[in-house]
Amino acid sequence: MASRAVPWVLGRQRAGLRRWGAVLLGYLAMGGAVALVGVPLLWMLSAAFKETKEIYVFPSTWIPQEPTLANFPRAWQSAPFGRYYLNSTIVTVLGSLGKLLNAVLSAYALAYLRFPAKDLVFLVILAALMVPPQVTIVPWYLLMSDLGWINTYQGLIVPELGVAFATFLLRQAFLSLPREVIEAAKVDGAGHLRILWSVVLPLSQPVLVTVTLLLVVTRWNEFLWPLIITNTADMRTLPIGIFWLLDQEGNTQWGVVMAGTIFVILPLLVIFLLAQRFIVSGIAAGAVKT
Amino acid sequence: MGAVWGHGGAESGVSVVFVFWPLVYNAYLSLVEWDFIAPVKVFVGLENYREALRDPLFHQVLGNSLVFTVGTVAGTLVLGLLGALLLNQPLVLRQAARSVLFAPYILPGAAVAVVWVYIFDPTYGLIRLLLHPVGLASPNWLRDPRWAMLALILVYIWKHVGYTLVIFLAGLQAIPRDLYEAALIDGAGAWARFRFVTLPGLSPITFFLVVTGILSSFQAFDLIHVMTRGGPVNATNTLLYHLYEEGFVAFHAGRAGVVAVILFLLLLLVTVVQVRYGERRVHYA
Repeated sequence: MASRAVPWVLGRQRAGLRRWGAVLLGYLAMGGAVALVGVPLLWMLSAAFKETKEIYVFPSTWIPQEPTLANFPRAWQSAPFGRYYLNSTIVTVLGSLGKLLNAVLSAYALAYLRFPAKDLVFLVILAALMVPPQVTIVPWYLLMSDLGWINTYQGLIVPELGVAFATFLLRQAFLSLPREVIEAAKVDGAGHLRILWSVVLPLSQPVLVTVTLLLVVTRWNEFLWPLIITNTADMRTLPIGIFWLLDQEGNTQWGVVMAGTIFVILPLLVIFLLAQRFIVSGIAAGAVKT
Repeated sequence: MGAVWGHGGAESGVSVVFVFWPLVYNAYLSLVEWDFIAPVKVFVGLENYREALRDPLFHQVLGNSLVFTVGTVAGTLVLGLLGALLLNQPLVLRQAARSVLFAPYILPGAAVAVVWVYIFDPTYGLIRLLLHPVGLASPNWLRDPRWAMLALILVYIWKHVGYTLVIFLAGLQAIPRDLYEAALIDGAGAWARFRFVTLPGLSPITFFLVVTGILSSFQAFDLIHVMTRGGPVNATNTLLYHLYEEGFVAFHAGRAGVVAVILFLLLLLVTVVQVRYGERRVHYA
């Protein structure tokens, strides 16, 4: 009996050790992964606070020896960042709002209304969803040129209002609401706009938040279309602005360029810190349902 | 009420103007010779297509796109799955780690690319700093045709792996617990549980991620434009970048039309495969 018990105890100890080893390994791997994401951003941060002479030595240090804030005003002056912020804000707010309104109304119509050729309309929207806007940049550009919209806010905003992913997500969410609630509102004599505003939208709050955030982030980060449709510095958005700053100052002024990059990244990092719960879980939930 | 009623129609109207009409127009442009300025577009039939098929640059662009897509999809899938398996363990702070790993996905590609240009700087960059203590020299990442594509793929993976991770993690959490318990009772070891419960349980999600990964890799532009502009000597010139160059740098409307049509057909093919096989081939847990 005893001879049997001993290896059993030893085995348990060994399993316990192995378990602790696995847990330790898990934390090490997690720390490593976080470092892989964090280190490039820390490198950017470090350079933004270094004097030029500290950047152009090898090996350079992580912690600035003589920390300075001078790169930030330098970046702000070497490109019209104030104007970039204004343009990015206008394009993001109007673009996202327009698209959200468009998507909410279409999704409601597709989910609850009966009208002729509804399936066909849905199919058209679904097909539009599948065509990435990048494929159609040349015809878009020509259309904007005919309208005289090159280098204007309309040109920046309007073409991308027709992209359908938000409509699709919202329709799915609206269809999953309990039908009885909507029927009850109808019985009480509520019209469609009233049902949409007081019943459907409040019930769909989480998905609305996620969709809005995704629209805002996508708009803010947009690169190809603003690059093509703008041709003067005063119409550029932040992503285009940082590209030009790199073009002019890169390699010789990394401190200034990194400070400028922080101007571009910061608003998004703030949004993400405040709302990451909605963004991350919203994306995960959307995909698992698919 | 009329407003809502008409809106479904309006949206599909918008779609027609901004999505379908441009597709037809792309096809039309691919059949003409035009420099965006001349008053007349000269109809040349399929000549632009013949030219593209003979052009070694176009072959290189197709090859680059293939390498970029395979590299980024495989990289994000493998690393994303490993990360998700890790964060599916009961580790303290794993929610925070998930958020940190996801963050690059929402950052502007242009800004991310600028930071990486500095990191890849062969003289003052971070990679040289990290390689120095082990006695390795840093390659001239973005100016060397042998390294530029790899550098681009690495940055793309860095930016997108958080997305795959979050979705794999949601997929893992959707696998019913009792499947694992049943496997344990049957005496399945860790590997057997992974192989016969986890992987089949993740197959619909994996399929979804492969398809969306291919679609989004074909749409990569900001990283390429900021880091390499398709160079050096076209080593990172992909289909979408080539489309941009033909259209807005070289002003060959016809050639841009050809690239747009081919890019569209490839994307359509991937989407059709998704719709056709997404439901049937894949096991739903």
